Amino acid sequence: MARYFTDEHEWIDVEGDTATVGITDYAQEQLGDIVFVELPEVGAMVDKGGDAAVVESVKAASDVYAPITGEVVEGNPALEEDPALVNTSPEEDGWFFKMTIGDKSELEGLMDAKAYQAFVDGL
Amino acid sequence: MSEDTEIHPDDMPEEQVLPLDAWHRNQGGRMVPFAGYEMPIQYEGIVAEHEWTRGSASLFDVSHMGQLSVEGPDGDMTAAAHALEALLPGDISSLGEGRMRYSLLINEEGGILDDLIVTNAGSHYALVVNGACKWDDIAHLREHLSDEITLTHYQDQALLALQGPKAGAVLEELIPGTGKLVFMTAGMFEWNGIPLWVSRAGYTGEDGFEISIPADHAEALANALVADERVKPAGLGARDSLRLEAGLPLYGHDLDDVTDPVSAGLLFALTKSRRESGGWMGHGPVAEKLAGGTQSKRVGLKLDGRLPAREGSLVFVGDTEVGRVTSGGFSPTLGHPIAMAYVQKEHAGKDTALQVEVRGKRLDATVTPMPFVPQNYYRGE
Repeated sequence: MARYFTDEHEWIDVEGDTATVGITDYAQEQLGDIVFVELPEVGAMVDKGGDAAVVESVKAASDVYAPITGEVVEGNPALEEDPALVNTSPEEDGWFFKMTIGDKSELEGLMDAKAYQAFVDGL
Repeated sequence: MSEDTEIHPDDMPEEQVLPLDAWHRNQGGRMVPFAGYEMPIQYEGIVAEHEWTRGSASLFDVSHMGQLSVEGPDGDMTAAAHALEALLPGDISSLGEGRMRYSLLINEEGGILDDLIVTNAGSHYALVVNGACKWDDIAHLREHLSDEITLTHYQDQALLALQGPKAGAVLEELIPGTGKLVFMTAGMFEWNGIPLWVSRAGYTGEDGFEISIPADHAEALANALVADERVKPAGLGARDSLRLEAGLPLYGHDLDDVTDPVSAGLLFALTKSRRESGGWMGHGPVAEKLAGGTQSKRVGLKLDGRLPAREGSLVFVGDTEVGRVTSGGFSPTLGHPIAMAYVQKEHAGKDTALQVEVRGKRLDATVTPMPFVPQNYYRGE
């Protein structure tokens, strides 16, 4: 399983033909206490860099973008009950949705963990 | 081209720095631009700071707010009161020494230029105005106060707010005598030889104080306050969620220069005798609203579910748009979203079922009396 990162602070785990998407620990730290996550509908087509989800913190609403193009196949049901999972376990239990991989070449432009860490350190 | 064209007016600095700027950063504050300053939005987290304020005591830096004084010739308080009463709808003349009153600056059209606190400080009236409005307020006051009235802007004073149910006990230990103040009274105190002007007031809905202190001593006082284990620093984020729960309007969001005080539900700021006598800027248009009513009204909304409605969200009854949200967020105390909105008066009654649109979704909402969370002021034993 390979994990990639975007410069908008999403992570994407690729396993075969599907991928799991969430936001990074850095992102949740910046957003603060998360009170609601609006996930895309199952079956929705999302475009690389386009709106996919919305995170509501106490402070503000923030968009989460699709790291690649594809179809949403599952939303994380746990976030409805406990949106704070994004704060406590952003890169594991607090995943947002699973999607198909429309175009594998889109993964090539993303960062690996080391590159993302360097990117965050530079912010 | 001469350099002169680059010079800004003396009283409108391009960027301003809080006296406690470095202190906030050392405390782990995350700084954001606000009212011309960099200010801490949070330290450990908005919800934690919010809850700490409701349960113990928090230190907020509100030094961005404008601290002004209005003084009559030779300390003539009657002259100063009358000068202010020409610009404010409140009864200032009858305000006893050490007493404070919430009031409004109103323009000729009846719109609110700012909301502020006026205190009778004995030899002058002290005004605390919003940070984002202070330069405009000063210009407005300078323009309309007569030459015999002296307007002073205390730019070298910091303002620290200690807010929460334990604020009274904390401050009494540090500055004996402050515990005797009751809500909306103020007085002069001393701490380590430093003169402090302490007011029992604030904008969180909790008991608490605002302490005006010379800027170069602010850090020492902030350190002394947070050295008490009952006190932690809190940022703008918690200040906003606290004031929203307390039903307190925020200028620039819930109030602005095209909103009149009647629609805003601020009748308590329009002293009864002065509603009739007039003699204040904007009295004509405001009196018309008082007599004839207003189209819309500021109300509180309780939302179903967990998705907050933010400023700008539209309010509906069926397909008809009936209002707009001016402040909204998630209430940490109540565990659901709350909002303030201006809603057409026929839909503004308590328990009216409305809908708020957020990103194309309709959320059910109910008109709810404010404050959402009971206020907890100290009015004496």
